[in-house]
Amino acid sequence: MNALFNQIQSAWQWLSAAAHWQGPDGIPTRLLEHLEYSAFALFFAILVALPLGLFVGHSGRGGFIVASLANSLRALPTLGLVVLAAVLSTGDPTVPVLIPVALLAVAPILVNTYEGIRQVDPDLRDAAAGMGMNPWQVLLRAEIPVALPLILLGLRTAAIQVVATATVAAYAGLGGLGRYAIDGLAVSDYPQVVGGAVIVVLLAVVVQLLFVALRRLVLSPGLRNSHDRS
Amino acid sequence: MSGGEPLIRWDWIGSHAGYLAGLAGRHLYLSLIPVVFGLIVSVPLGIACTRWRWVYPPVLTSANVLYSIPSLALFLLFIPYTGLFSDLTLIIPLTLYTLSVLVPNVVDGLRQVSAPVSQAATAMGFGRLRQLLQVELPIAVPVVIAGVRIATVSSISLVSVGQLIGNGGLGVLFTDGQQRIFPTEVIVGIALTVVLAFAADAVLVTVQRLLTPWARTGRAAA
Amino acid sequence: MSRLITFDGVTKRYPDGTVALDDVSLECATGEITVFVGTSGGGKTTALRTINRMVEPTSGRVLIDGRSVLGSKPAELRRGVGYVIQQAGLFPHRTIVDNIATVPRLLGWDKKKARARSYELMERVGLDPAMGTRYPYQLSGGQQQRVGVARALAADPPIMLMDEPFSAVDPVVRAELQGEFLRLQSELHKTIVFVTHDIDEAIKLGDRIAVFQTGGRLVQVDTPEKLLAHPADEFVSGFVGRDRGIRRLSFVPAAELPLRSDVVLPETASVADARATGEPWVLAVDGTRRPLGWARAEDLPDSGALAGLRLTDPGRTFQVGADSVRTVLDAVILSPSGLAIGVDSGGGVVGVTGHRELADTITAT
Ligand SMILES: Nc1ncnc2c1ncn2[C@@H]1O[C@H](COP(=O)(O)OP(=O)(O)O)[C@@H](O)[C@H]1O
Ligand SMILES: [Mg+2]
Repeated sequence: MNALFNQIQSAWQWLSAAAHWQGPDGIPTRLLEHLEYSAFALFFAILVALPLGLFVGHSGRGGFIVASLANSLRALPTLGLVVLAAVLSTGDPTVPVLIPVALLAVAPILVNTYEGIRQVDPDLRDAAAGMGMNPWQVLLRAEIPVALPLILLGLRTAAIQVVATATVAAYAGLGGLGRYAIDGLAVSDYPQVVGGAVIVVLLAVVVQLLFVALRRLVLSPGLRNSHDRS
Repeated sequence: MSGGEPLIRWDWIGSHAGYLAGLAGRHLYLSLIPVVFGLIVSVPLGIACTRWRWVYPPVLTSANVLYSIPSLALFLLFIPYTGLFSDLTLIIPLTLYTLSVLVPNVVDGLRQVSAPVSQAATAMGFGRLRQLLQVELPIAVPVVIAGVRIATVSSISLVSVGQLIGNGGLGVLFTDGQQRIFPTEVIVGIALTVVLAFAADAVLVTVQRLLTPWARTGRAAA
Repeated sequence: MSRLITFDGVTKRYPDGTVALDDVSLECATGEITVFVGTSGGGKTTALRTINRMVEPTSGRVLIDGRSVLGSKPAELRRGVGYVIQQAGLFPHRTIVDNIATVPRLLGWDKKKARARSYELMERVGLDPAMGTRYPYQLSGGQQQRVGVARALAADPPIMLMDEPFSAVDPVVRAELQGEFLRLQSELHKTIVFVTHDIDEAIKLGDRIAVFQTGGRLVQVDTPEKLLAHPADEFVSGFVGRDRGIRRLSFVPAAELPLRSDVVLPETASVADARATGEPWVLAVDGTRRPLGWARAEDLPDSGALAGLRLTDPGRTFQVGADSVRTVLDAVILSPSGLAIGVDSGGGVVGVTGHRELADTITAT
């Protein structure tokens, strides 16, 4: 208990020091960097994974490949990919390092989108087409809305993953909230390490809450009590 | 990367085989122990969640929040209690991560037993405990193993992050490769991690086949 | 506004080699209910789905009012053809009102008009408009099926395709839905193709019945009555069942039965009058000729009027102008006297009929 108290106290001191809230190494700057990296990586992950998942789920072709691909992506070590990107890049490592960050977010979006669309009741598809929806309308008005709980789950998992991976990316020379951990460890400045970790945890919780709110906002009440665990 | 240097130097791999095998062994130890601990905790916890319905929502929320905490941050927060280079600093957080996958799967698995099956078992004179051991748990096995597969693969890929606090199995190949700007080491580290993950997954699939001859494959959970 | 559907030598062979329709030719008449019935896998669903191009025939043509369905784009064709399936296929993410408004919205109606139409249809199919803002999971199976029917009717299509729409609900609800379906059709006069595997449902609903046999062969198309009277072959007679003779009686009007009134006496009649009929049972009626009950000759006291006696409940009656011989047969079997009581539309006794009259009539038809 004593250790916990000390930890809270030292982290609080670090967090509340005015000096840590300004300048290029200040919390606002680092937070903004972190958000930029995350948004950038998530955007590209969505750009790749969402259409692919929709296509495979809708057409029913390539499901096995999607599952295997997602499994393989899950097995890849974050730190290894980030370091590899940094080691192989010449010049500014930011963009190269963000590639694996995005890559790791592809799997949850892809798998959940694919599963969500695939699980849509065939009777529902049949009814939609039978009422005169063209294939696009079937996808947009029937399949996607019904698959939305799983698609959102995939996006949430990906967002959380991106925030975490972006923390590790600091090791490869990027900015962001991970810097406090890497720099703090290098000089054994534990208040900084713990303070930085606390901010990362808070950010993760905020992301989580954002998705809870998003779900409330966009999900039809007709689906609220359906199949997922969030 | 220095000019003229090949992407992979095979001779380095050959000369370090023993070292790499040692790292792989340690990597497996660090990643599998949390899965075992996770199972030991999540099975009774999952049973409790199905017996007393009110237990599940708070447990599920905690699991979700835990899962969302970046691994590096969680490792760092444990340093003051377990020490910088201690295995526990890795094992405890990794165990917590496995719970976020395993507990929901155990609950889903146990809930798979349909009301008619459960009523039939009761009608045949199965007591509460016997029903749990002989009906509900066996039926839950495929779903639980699907969760164990995910937890294992995630655990194996996460361990190397621990290298940032000085203890990460194969992760040392990444930090070392970074400092020496030596891609071979990094690539070998990635490849070995993936190989370990796939091998562990294959073992688990086999285990599941043996344990549940009545079900062909486990549900692939997302 | 109704349409004629023609199958002209339609064959469907699925890519795996299954022949689901084998040279089917058939007309589904304007404003009538044509029922496709037959064993599972007989090609009924496939045949139905060739009409709205959910299935394209391998050869042969499907025509609506003489024009091939291939002439219109599938989506446009389908917006003009109502479609109801077994599990209703409602959109779980849309309210009941929005589910029903689907096709009008696809046709470009504005939201207000489409919703107003939805509420109108909810009443038509017997749904409380208060349910309009609910979601499908909040409805019972029978209610969902009503929504399915309302949704198919929303844009007032001249043709309705219904694939086992009532088979997923329990028998009581099914009977209710069937009854309302017939009432609705008597107002709307759509050209309806209705698929079922249940011969009783086919007989109850169909103006004409098309019987499909495994392999996609159409074996007989006839009115229910003719189908029961003259099955084309062993398959059809096997399919319509062993008791088809009794089912057939559903189509013989009770008015064809001779009625006796010698055993019908006013309650004021005396015991002696009752004995004088020489019959084992007499029926007492009140001043407005409503049946009061049966009196058995054996049990009659020595004197008095019928009014003072304890009578046996008259049991089930039949309406002479409306019921079928099958109802009469049922009433005869259940009656203590072995006689069924025929009443007019006001409930007054017209006469009674028994085994002998039934036997004569059945032999004559
Ligand atoms: N998409 C399909 N691909 C292959 N065979 C099919 C397909 N749809 C139906 N069939 C086969 O065609 C036959 C007729 O099916 P169907 O029209 O559904 O029969 P019914 O509705 O009378 O039960 C069955 O043998 C069925 O298995
Ligand atoms: Mg069918």
